[in-house]
Amino acid sequence: MSDTGETEQAETDVEAETGAGDGAEQQEMLYGCPVTESRGQRVIHPSRDRWAEVAGELLVDGWNMCIDVTAVDYLTYSRGDGAVRRLPPGVEPQRFEVVASFMSHVRRERLRARVQVPADDPTIPSLYAIYPGSDYLEREVFDLMGIVFEGHPDLSRILMPETWQGHPLRKDYAVGAIPVQFKAPTAQ
Amino acid sequence: MTITEESQLDRLPRRHAVLRMSEVRAAELMADEGGPIGGENDQTMLINMGPSHPSTHGVLRLMLEMDGETVLRSKPVVGYLHTGMEKQAEALTYLQGPTNVTRMDYAAPLFNELVFSLATEELIGIEIPPRATWIRMLMCEMNRISSHLLFMATNGMDLGAVSMMIYGWREREQVLRFFQAVTGLRMNHNYIRPGGVAADLPDGWRDDVLYLLDMLPHRLEEYDILMTGQPIWRDRLQGVGVITADEAVALSATGPILRSTGMAWDLRRDMPYLAYPEVEFDVVVGSYGDSFDRYAIRLNEIRESMRIVRQCLERMPEGDFRAQDAKVTPPPRSRIDESMEALIHHFKIFTEGFKVPEGEVYVAVESPRGELGCYLVSDGGAQPYRMHIRGPSFVNLQTLPHMMADGLLADAVAIISSVDPILGEVDR
Repeated sequence: MSDTGETEQAETDVEAETGAGDGAEQQEMLYGCPVTESRGQRVIHPSRDRWAEVAGELLVDGWNMCIDVTAVDYLTYSRGDGAVRRLPPGVEPQRFEVVASFMSHVRRERLRARVQVPADDPTIPSLYAIYPGSDYLEREVFDLMGIVFEGHPDLSRILMPETWQGHPLRKDYAVGAIPVQFKAPTAQ
Repeated sequence: MTITEESQLDRLPRRHAVLRMSEVRAAELMADEGGPIGGENDQTMLINMGPSHPSTHGVLRLMLEMDGETVLRSKPVVGYLHTGMEKQAEALTYLQGPTNVTRMDYAAPLFNELVFSLATEELIGIEIPPRATWIRMLMCEMNRISSHLLFMATNGMDLGAVSMMIYGWREREQVLRFFQAVTGLRMNHNYIRPGGVAADLPDGWRDDVLYLLDMLPHRLEEYDILMTGQPIWRDRLQGVGVITADEAVALSATGPILRSTGMAWDLRRDMPYLAYPEVEFDVVVGSYGDSFDRYAIRLNEIRESMRIVRQCLERMPEGDFRAQDAKVTPPPRSRIDESMEALIHHFKIFTEGFKVPEGEVYVAVESPRGELGCYLVSDGGAQPYRMHIRGPSFVNLQTLPHMMADGLLADAVAIISSVDPILGEVDR
């Protein structure tokens, strides 16, 4: 990562020594966020408060396409086997996790960001103003996972009917035997 | 919401063409004889198109704000085929997973199976034997051919070249027959599975492939005569639905839409997977970003895929068609008759499935429609904890309002067609 994407915030951060290949023994940081590797893929863990800011830095630093936005509900993680979520130190695990993938066409690289979103306040800033391609993807996450993207121009259901109650991809939403909720859209 | 100095929103000059209106509100307006949206002096009408419309490729519905024949704003309404496949995937084992994902993009099912299998293998960390890799590549390129042939058929039909529909389906059917010979099914194959492929190529597969490679070039030349050089065809497509590279990138468009703008981006070449670095092919790129470029790109991608298929034919390695890893591979059928342990092993693999180490991974392949990604989270169990498919059709639909803005309604049909959305993948 070059010098271009650094804002004041990252520079004042003591540990914010970026540079992907430095091999620092300390917690590696990128854009002021802890970095981990998952199966050889780079993942940054921005905090929710800095999410929009980090996304802006990503765009300036050449991550020119927001490829994917999705979310995971970690409510029932570790079914029996005692699996533990591996998060870098300083990142508090929360029930929801918004996962966004970015692409740099010039460097031919990918970067993934995982943002923790608490269950009692499932909101996160929208990336629409920075990456408008996240429009439908955020609507999908809102629809199926019930995470509110603040600042999205049209946060409405996209796959389920507009009148649907509940968010099917949440882990506490039953798999089957859901009463059919379809309604006529008008009173005609 | 702070907008940074460089926001991609500024690269979308036609972003106001995106209609932001709820279906309920639209239904009220439409019930009022398509009454004016913005007061008495407003001359615009709200028109509904689809979801059952021959040109909407399945069940895509569009809400169009029209001024006479001109489309001002529009909103694609999707979800009619939503069956909760991502939710379903959490209840299926990794070996059952391909049966689920293959039904998403039903015109290119093998790519869905491939991306799911690659993601699973990445989590397990197993190596796939070379023959399995090359079989996967052969089948996927065949699938790209059949998918693009289907596009030729529907694109022709949408624009009034109705005989083209018959020709496109005819050629596609030949490819599907090859799939049937190899996988047993014309569609929804469940052929590419974690660990390799379901079965080795059958006897005589080389002849079947050679037959297709001999037949297709002549047919493609016929398409050129019928469509490519034909003035009516060009008039209907050239300059219609133009999108710039900046817009396409800002809208996360991939595949032929991105390439039509002149951006040479193909995951097979730029972020290779399988054995693509070992085969020769060209990335077909357009220059105007219009519907004609997208048509021409797909037509020529058929030719490039045939080049790859020919190389697969010549260089298909011998060996296993799936990894010999007892953890993920069921025992051979012949062993089941003679060994109790093999029978138990077989039974356990297909009922309980195999456990996948915990972790999360995102894997992407270049499907005929663009970047098809799979985000897979495992908690160490036998079913994925979360499986998300990044469907290129879904994301590419975002470009529609931008491309249709200020065009004619008749052109809207051509533009939808040139995006080539598969609604099964959009809605999942």
